[in-house]
Parts: sequence; C-alpha cells; structure tokens
Amino acid sequence: MRDLMEITARPEVISLAGGLPDTSTFPPQSFARQMTKIAQESAAEALQYGPTEGFASTKECIRQVMAAEGMDPDPEDIVVTTGGQQAIDLITKALVDPGDVVIAEAPTYPGAVPVFCSYEAETVQVEMDSDGLRIDRLAETLDRLAADGRTPKFLYSVPSFQNPAGVTLSAERRRRLVDLARERELLVVEDNPYGLLRYEGQPLPTLYELDGGDYVVYLGTFSKILSPGLRLGWLCAPPPVLQKVVLGKQASDLCTSTLAQYFVAEFFAEGRWREYVDSLCDLYRSRRDAMLESLARHFPGEATWSEPEGGLFLWATLPDYIDTTDLLARALRDNVAFVPGAAAFADGQTGRSSMRLNFSGSNEDEIREGIRRIGAVVSEQVELYEAITREGRTLLPEQDAPHPEPEAGADVVPLRRRGEPGG
Amino acid sequence: MKVAVLKGGRSLERQVSLRSGARVEDALSSLGHEVVALDAGNDLVRRLKAERPDVAFIALHGADGEDGTVQELLEILAVPYTGPGVSACRSATDKSAAKQELREAEVATPDWVSFSQTAFSELGAADALDEIEARLGYPLVVKPARGGSALGVRFAANRAAVPQAVVSAFSYDDRVVLERHVEGRELSVSILDGEALPVVEIRPRDEDRYSYEARYEIGRTDFICPADLSATEEAVRDASVRTWRALGCHGFARVDLILGRSGPEVLEVNAVPGLTDTSLFPMAAEAAGIGFEELCGRLLDLATGRLRAR
Repeated sequence: MRDLMEITARPEVISLAGGLPDTSTFPPQSFARQMTKIAQESAAEALQYGPTEGFASTKECIRQVMAAEGMDPDPEDIVVTTGGQQAIDLITKALVDPGDVVIAEAPTYPGAVPVFCSYEAETVQVEMDSDGLRIDRLAETLDRLAADGRTPKFLYSVPSFQNPAGVTLSAERRRRLVDLARERELLVVEDNPYGLLRYEGQPLPTLYELDGGDYVVYLGTFSKILSPGLRLGWLCAPPPVLQKVVLGKQASDLCTSTLAQYFVAEFFAEGRWREYVDSLCDLYRSRRDAMLESLARHFPGEATWSEPEGGLFLWATLPDYIDTTDLLARALRDNVAFVPGAAAFADGQTGRSSMRLNFSGSNEDEIREGIRRIGAVVSEQVELYEAITREGRTLLPEQDAPHPEPEAGADVVPLRRRGEPGG
Repeated sequence: MKVAVLKGGRSLERQVSLRSGARVEDALSSLGHEVVALDAGNDLVRRLKAERPDVAFIALHGADGEDGTVQELLEILAVPYTGPGVSACRSATDKSAAKQELREAEVATPDWVSFSQTAFSELGAADALDEIEARLGYPLVVKPARGGSALGVRFAANRAAVPQAVVSAFSYDDRVVLERHVEGRELSVSILDGEALPVVEIRPRDEDRYSYEARYEIGRTDFICPADLSATEEAVRDASVRTWRALGCHGFARVDLILGRSGPEVLEVNAVPGLTDTSLFPMAAEAAGIGFEELCGRLLDLATGRLRAR
C-alpha cells in the first residue's frame, strides 16, 4: 500500500488522500513581515538552541489556543513538541513497554498505528458510531482486559472530528468517558488537532477541560490552524508524566525548532490568529459541502458516509464486497486517490470496504471531479459484482456459502506484535 | 561504458523498482561504469537521446518496464538493453498469453480460464461459472492477467468468494485469470542466459500466504536456497528452461512454479525479476557463486552481445 500511496503524490492525480490543510491562504506579506522582524530583532536567538520544554512565549500562544476551547492549563504542564506527531511518539515512548496494551478507536488515526507498533504495544481498538467512541464497549474492553490481568497504558482518542472517521464524541459521552477514566484510573490521551475547525453546531468541552487534567493528557498542534510546515505541536500532562516526556524529547531532538517558535510568537503578537482560523473554517466548510453534494450525486445507493461538523476528513463505506485497497489501484488509473480504510486499523484487515476522504487540501472543482471519478470506478465495480451475482444465477452468495463475514470482531481488534510468528 | 539505469516509473511496483535500480547503480559504479540513473517519466526518451548511453539496464517492474513498452522504445533508439526482448516481455507479462504459449510448448501449467471485463459486463460470462467450477474446482486462484508482486491475487475458497475476488482482480487489469489451485511447494527458478541457477523455495510464515507486503518485508517469508528437491530437481529445472525457450527469453528471467503431486507446474514468468537485497534472483545467483556485481556485469555483456549478434 505504501507503493500505492507514493503514486498519489503525482501531480496529475487529484489526491483526496492526504491530510493537508490549505496553506495557500496564508498571506505572504504577513509571513515576510514576521520573518523580517525576527531577522532584524532576534536573529541570534532565533538561530540558537532553545529550552527542551519550549519558550514561554510559545506556551503563551498555546494558552490562547487552548483558552479558545475553554481550557486554562498551567504553563508548567506544557511541553512544546515537533508537531503533534512527536507528541504521540513521546507519550508512547514515556509510558509503553513492549507488550503493553494501548486502546484506540476503530478506526484510528493512521499515523498513530506505526507509533504504537514501533514501541511494540498491543493495540486494541474499540468501536465508534456516529456519536464517537462507544463508552459501553470501552467499559467491556476494560473488563475483558482486567479479567486477563492486563491494564492498558492509555486510551488514545481524537474526540473532535475524528481522523479518519469524521465523527465527534457527543457531550454526554465525553462526561461518561471522563468519569470512567477516573473510576478505572485509565489515562486518556486526547489528541485534538481539529477542535477549532468547526463549521457548524455548538463547540463541545474538551476531555481535558472536563477532567481538569488529572487523567487526561492533551495533545495540540499548530499544523491545522496555522501551518504543518512549522512542525509545532504540544503536550499537556501532569508533572510526573511530563518529566518523562521531557527526558524523552531531550533524547529525540533536544528542542523544538526555535525559528518556528519565534514565528508563531510574532504571528500571535499581531492578534489576528482567530481571524485566520475563521477564514480557514469558511474555506473548508464550502469544500466539505462540495464533497457531501458530490458524494450524494456520484456514489451508489449502498454507500454511506459520515457528515462531519468540522475537521478535514470524512469516512465513506462501500458495499462489503469492494476492497478499497484494490479499488485505489483502479482509481489511480483514473488519476484520483483516497486512503484505503485498512490503514486505520492496526490489523490492516478491518475497514477494507471503507475509505478516508480529505476535503481541505483540494479546491471545490477538484473535489467535485475527484468524487465523480471515484464514484465512477465504484459504480463500475458494483455493476461488475451485480453482473457476476445477478438474479437467477446459482452464484448468489445467500444460497450457498455464507456471505463473507463483515470483518469479524469489528469492535475489538488485537494487533499482532512485531516479531511474533505471522507478524 | 556509459550505462543508463532505468528505474521507478509509474507502475504499482515503483518502490521495488527504485530499490532494484539503486542497487544496480552501486554495482555498476563499482565495476567502473559511468552510470546515469533515469526515473522513467514522460521525459524518458528525451533524456535517453540526450545521454546517449551505450547500454540500458532495465530495473523497471510492472507496467511499461516489464511488458515490452520500454523495450520497444529502446529498440527504436537503437540502445541495447538488459533482459528479454519486446515479444518475450509481452508474453511474460500477460499471464493468460504466457500460459497459452506454455501449453503449446507442452510445459505443465495449472488449468485456467481468462476473461476480459466486458465478458462479464456485456456477455454474461457469469453464467459460465458453473462450468468453470466443474473444470477448475475450489479453491480457485483469481488474479489480474497483468501485474506482478501478488497485487490483486485472491484465493476463492468457495463460490461465495468468487465475485469479490474477481472484482478485486479487475481493479488491476481489464483481464483476469481464474486458475486451478495446485497444492504444493512454491519454487522460483532464476535463469541466467538460458541456464537455471539454484532453485529457491518460498515458505510463507503468514497465513495470508504470499501477500504483497510479505513479499518485500524481511522476516515474513522464509527462503531456502538451494531448495532440497532431490529427485524432482531435474524436472523443475527442465520445466523452467523449457519455459524460457517457449517464451523466447534473453539475458535473464525468473520462472515461478508450484511443485505439486503431479510434478512442477509453471505459474508465471518475470521478465524483469526484482533485484533488491531481498529479491530471489540475486539470492539464486549468490548460491551459484555469482556475486551481485558480477551478475550485473554479465547482464550488461549479454545485452551488448545481443546487439553484436544481430
């Protein structure tokens, strides 16, 4: 699949596969002004190493972003990281020993899967529905693990506009999750890259706010609200956890890019960061709407998809006889790409008839054309399948062997660890 | 000599090709050749004309590089190239064409049927599935006619699994092959200039059998070279060499077979075998005492020798 993904980067391909925010809307004059100011006033400092935890000025910007979602963290609890991805890596490195259990949503952020694998965690995934993670299933999973004498190191969750499913954890479930975490002493790693990218509906409290930061480690990033090229994210955790994370970060890269931190501080000093986020919301809202309209027009009746209130992605599910990894090979012949659903499951098997579609990185015309092309190849496969199984033929699956199982155990998927036979 | 190493390209096997190409470049540089690496894109012909290499080393896998397309362009430009010629590449790439040629040459290959997509969509080929089932039995192997590295290859254990497997295979090509599954040992015979190198046996550790991922990841499959075949070795080598001749191969090629109860049966021929550090051809060459540099050197000699022979 990595080979397929590489082809998605060809210029002639309309790629709905990436997770790219649109950086073309950031005003170049503003960028030039801020960088010039840094060059003139603090060149030596901006080109120097910085503290491992990050600059106080960066933490002040982070506090503003978190305050916009109702949080009020102690700057002492924040470490600035090289993107949100490093925050996932550092918290896993700090807490997970080989063989430990990590719980994640099903499907989960595809970029988190290789992190958990590389620290040899056993990833157990718990089902979601349109209201996000099913807390009842989470409780069952905790019971089952406890019966086996196993205590998960943490739950990794993207509660708002989840990547890849596009669903949001409801307010009621957020409260239940925080209560459950407290009751079972379960650490929750809340990854919230998209919280401020809400296009409709009422903002919901973060888990970090509801919990007060006792059982919730919070991960944030400037990637989706400003620029992923800056590689600037952060992690908020109680001091004992934070100390281990800081040690890990020291070993990994000493400190986050000083220059990037100076840039963010200058940008925030102009006081217009919310305006910029609002402009992104307007842009992405239109793109999401274009994608939803196109899906309704071009995807077959059997297909379903999430209708996210924010974020960058939606999750479409096709009839269960279509394998989206194979479909991607066909789609690439028509120069259009998406992420096959299997990438979001640690076992690489579940989710085979689903796909993640990104609506932030392409303009509306590209989105319409891209969805039209995917719709055409899906329809081709539906027609082909129907031609092979049509009425009157003896090959109807119902009459013979049972229909292929719709991915057994979709709620809990144990991950084989690297090095195990068959792994 | 000035050698153009052709690699990459647009095929689904691009990554593997880049790895093969990089390794070939290193080997040829060590041999003292002037190496020009060309990632096959729409400027390929222009760059070949500008560089004017003495010979082209084709390290492209899959569409364009292995199916005769690039070979045809190199013929027009009068640049000698490694590996089989245009028509052998074309036959080897299309599994149904290759199997037809093997049958005519009386080389054993598992029974099969092959259909285009229109056969299903326009001509009701599905109504022939009863007959196909009766002839081939289960499990069936369903694969795209063209394409390598096990992409789109499915086992259909019963009727219910056939439609999905066929739809998946059509994702990669507009023609599919439904083949009788032969239970047996998986073997691969590398052939250099018409001579069979030591046989490699492939033993997947994975219950998914021979998946694309497993094929290129160290530790997911065991390879035994030379394979312990005792009395059957001669038959395996003979089937492989006769396959090479039937398709009219040149330079090198790799023949994949299954050793079932009724002897070896040929599954497919790779006209441009992988040359990565986990690939089977270099492994077999190594077992024959031919190091990677020497192998690359031999392939260049065979390429330039072919030109002189014309």
